[in-house]
Amino acid sequence: MNVQLQNLLDDALGFVDDGGERVFLIEDCVETSGAFVLHHFLKHSLSPHSSDAVIFLSFSQPFSHYDRILRKMGCNLVVQRDNKRLIFFDMLMLDCLGREEGKTSEDLLLALYEKIHKAVEICSSPEGTRNITIIIDDVSLLEVAANCLPNLVLDFLHYCYSLTAQFGCSLITLNHEDIYSSSDEPSLLLQMEYQADVVIKAEPLSTGLATDVHGQLTVLDKGLRGCFGNSGKIRNFQFRIKDNQVSKLRPTNLEECRLSPLISHSAAAEIGIFDTS
Amino acid sequence: MAGNKPRGSSFSRNFSAASNTISQIPGLKHGPNGTMFLSSGIPDLDKILGGGFTLGSLVMVMEDPEAPHHMLLIRNFMSQGLVHKQPLLYASPAKDPRGFLGTLPSPMLSKDEKSRDRDAEQEKGLRIAWQYKKYFGEQNSELQRDGKSEYCNDFDLRKPLERHFYSGQQIDCISLQDSADLTTFHDRCSSFLSQTPRNDRNITCAGRIAIQSLGAPQCDFSDKECDMLSFIRSLKSTIRSSNAVAVITFPPSLVSPAFSKRLQHLADTLVSVKAIPDEDKELAKLLTGYQDMVGLLSVHKVARINTQVPTILEATTFSMKLRKRRSLILECLNQAPVDGSTGSSYASSSSCSGSSKTGAIDF
Repeated sequence: MNVQLQNLLDDALGFVDDGGERVFLIEDCVETSGAFVLHHFLKHSLSPHSSDAVIFLSFSQPFSHYDRILRKMGCNLVVQRDNKRLIFFDMLMLDCLGREEGKTSEDLLLALYEKIHKAVEICSSPEGTRNITIIIDDVSLLEVAANCLPNLVLDFLHYCYSLTAQFGCSLITLNHEDIYSSSDEPSLLLQMEYQADVVIKAEPLSTGLATDVHGQLTVLDKGLRGCFGNSGKIRNFQFRIKDNQVSKLRPTNLEECRLSPLISHSAAAEIGIFDTS
Repeated sequence: MAGNKPRGSSFSRNFSAASNTISQIPGLKHGPNGTMFLSSGIPDLDKILGGGFTLGSLVMVMEDPEAPHHMLLIRNFMSQGLVHKQPLLYASPAKDPRGFLGTLPSPMLSKDEKSRDRDAEQEKGLRIAWQYKKYFGEQNSELQRDGKSEYCNDFDLRKPLERHFYSGQQIDCISLQDSADLTTFHDRCSSFLSQTPRNDRNITCAGRIAIQSLGAPQCDFSDKECDMLSFIRSLKSTIRSSNAVAVITFPPSLVSPAFSKRLQHLADTLVSVKAIPDEDKELAKLLTGYQDMVGLLSVHKVARINTQVPTILEATTFSMKLRKRRSLILECLNQAPVDGSTGSSYASSSSCSGSSKTGAIDF
């Protein structure tokens, strides 16, 4: 039973063997952090069964933070970095206040993109059998580094999306939903949601805090790539985060949805399809 | 899992001499996941946060424009640093921030504490104990009083800090009005933090940064939200690699909601203070001890460095009271007994804290 539950999130996220070329967006809020989903992706990509590579751009936490967390989950990031399976870009100090002479934010983002492109080229094998995942944590801080110009960030992300098509790699980004919820005009987040294949939302329970259930996760797979049979499904889990894993509690089905407010209202309003699996 | 290479780091704990010296440094103590704590200066807050403020973290306090309770937090934080001889940097929008140092409280003397315990003993006799949790706390607090140098002092808010705590101490006071675009302030912070770098060698001391009312309208940069965000982001990055804690207060009502949310996300530990209206009859019926309360403190986020497991607190909203008008204590909100004649029960904090968290039930 436990193994079944463990695979539910993997299944919802589309972790099948042919798992390339997808764009994932993770949304979270102040009350519930979605970083654990990133850690899950990281662990999955660096599993010993495959030779996949990960390019990680970190704007929010230093390497030691992820190293400690993943170590408890059974994955040694230092070793993976030495084996060139993990390329970690520590972007914490990227262009803070003292802007380098003559460089605009555009130049900085361009230089960053060049670095990523080069890293992808290095990682990709000639046969194209190696899955490469690019992870960005998190886009709101990338926006701050780009002088809060969302258009620059969008351009940067577009270049990254083109990489997924060109090299067959996956892109995973994290952003905070509540930052953009107050603005009236179409926001950066809306554009990112539009471009993403899979949108994963981490929210608190509508009933408040609980020690056993840390929040709920809603996974929307748009099935744009036309495969995996996952067209337009919404899955909702409640989760509890532990050091070495995340327990997914039973996903809700249609009957339970009607009785209890466990599915977030926005997801339900988006698409009127409920997955009753 | 981790390979079978002879890499010791996965399996061995470095209980070297470093950890022994840390227990001898008065202001610091070990925390979970390889972190270290320093005290906030308020014993109850340390207990709520599970030990104190994590070294290398950013603490944000959301102010309430109607009451200066965030100053209480800052004062206790700064006094604790001075008592433990930790270097301090203080910044505020005032023209002369040095004047604030005169308002810092002094640690409570031990003889005052003994008389307080005796009073509690006398009162205990005939009380109906229906609020059990209040009594558990008193047993634990007595254990902490042994030993000369305490991790966290109780501060007497009516007595100013004695001169000898200031002498020979490194205290930088900066006025935010001097820095037109935060670059000079940023450089000062960087040079301050370079004195307490984090490395594998022993820790000598920890630093404290207190920034009051960032984003207040007096400063030139208060409309340049992106500059402030860049500054905070760079401060957070620098702090992560040093042994210091920064406490920053900001007024969420005076800045845009998006900016406020960004700051909340940047914070490792997020706390907000709220004023309590005087003479509110409804609140007086709802809560016990309403007359003694000066405000409410809510803990929204607790620092999660080196771990992904969130800290779920039993209660997130606490009442701020001044015990004997001297020391700041934080108590769980206690609902008043339900009035038998009306027969209805009240959710204790949903009306009084008026928080935007929908449906959160705090007792």
